[in-house]
Amino acid sequence: MTHDKTTQYESPEAVCWEMLQDVKDPEIPVISMVEMGMIHKVRVESGVVEVEVLPTFVGCPALEIMKKNITEKLIEIEGISEVQVRFVYDPAWTSDRIALDARDKLKGFGIAPPPLDFKPGDSWDVSCPYCDSVYTQLENLFGPAACRSILYCRHCKNPFEALKPIY
Amino acid sequence: MGDIVRVQTVEHAKQNPQYAQALADLLFQLADDDFILAYRGSEWLGLAPHIEEDVAFSSMSQDMMGHAVMCYQMLEDLGLGKADDLAQLREAVTFRNAILVERKNGAGEYNDNPHYDWAYAIVRSYVYGLHKQVRLEALLQSSYEPLALISRKMLTEHRYHLMHWQVWLKQLANSTPEARHKLEAAITKVWEDAGELSSLGQNAEHIVRFGLIAGEELLRQKWLSNMKDIFQKAGLSWPGEPGVPGEKGRAGEHTADLVQALATLSEVYRMDPAAKW
Repeated sequence: MTHDKTTQYESPEAVCWEMLQDVKDPEIPVISMVEMGMIHKVRVESGVVEVEVLPTFVGCPALEIMKKNITEKLIEIEGISEVQVRFVYDPAWTSDRIALDARDKLKGFGIAPPPLDFKPGDSWDVSCPYCDSVYTQLENLFGPAACRSILYCRHCKNPFEALKPIY
Repeated sequence: MGDIVRVQTVEHAKQNPQYAQALADLLFQLADDDFILAYRGSEWLGLAPHIEEDVAFSSMSQDMMGHAVMCYQMLEDLGLGKADDLAQLREAVTFRNAILVERKNGAGEYNDNPHYDWAYAIVRSYVYGLHKQVRLEALLQSSYEPLALISRKMLTEHRYHLMHWQVWLKQLANSTPEARHKLEAAITKVWEDAGELSSLGQNAEHIVRFGLIAGEELLRQKWLSNMKDIFQKAGLSWPGEPGVPGEKGRAGEHTADLVQALATLSEVYRMDPAAKW
């Protein structure tokens, strides 16, 4: 990111995008919603900003929290009087939308990132986010959040979570 | 099928009252099926065979509840009432779910000596899930674009549900004689109701004519063929054509089980429908 400090010369959309970097995924606090690939579009017109968000899971209970967090963040911007957040399903969110450099942050947080370019029929092999061993086993396809599974590393003997491939 | 028009927005759908009616009829079936089965799933909380299963079953029920919300929301957009009210304030006769999803989980009550039938939970969830898979795949071609889009999203989640129930079915089918016996008894019970799943209700003709979803027979054949394949791979004998229950759930005829489920799930909401959550 090479935005300079004199934000008055940036487009209002660019300012919003920058601010959105501070809105974290409520269930994974090291990753922003921008890095998760969940922000689809930002439009600003006469002080009203409209944000289109792609939900990772349809029934994710964190969606309302995300909406609130986005609104609270963007309303801080000078000249913004209203924030409208809409959830859209076109394009559909897929796990390939997660930013490449965010994948390392996920590992640092103890969550294995989803495989890239996953295709139907591919086998889901997960490396341990702590020791990189492939000697892992799936403990539960379903985890503490809809988007995650629970695994165990037979090598370093740590339990960990992995983001499900969504494709 | 000469008059299929792509409908991109709810405003466009509302311009043709017959189309809007057919769409609403279909959406109630989709929403009520997922909503009621998700509720039955939620009644397993704390009772599943082990902690991992508790997490998994809750997670799947939450997904299904989310899918139902999307359909109720589309009904709200059509002007049929608030999504929350549609889920919680309707009487049983207006529900369009198949009877299979409303049946109790087993003997007893959730709060009073529950002796639920785990084999029934597995077979019901899996058989329903396999039907839902065929239905969602057909909806990808729906003339109502918002429904096609959301179906694509639901499919990405639903495949994990199928994987989960597949593991259970295979394991129980190849486990002890007792497990096998319970599984077969559950298949018999599910089979008594399962045939109704592919019914599109009284307005089926319009639903299909407007290209909202493929016809009942097409859905049924595909679903049966997928199930045959799975039964064979699990070493289970094919139980034949699934039957239909005495009540027609798609026409609003329901059992006392649904009435009781609705009374329980909406108890808090009915106290104060205006409350902010």
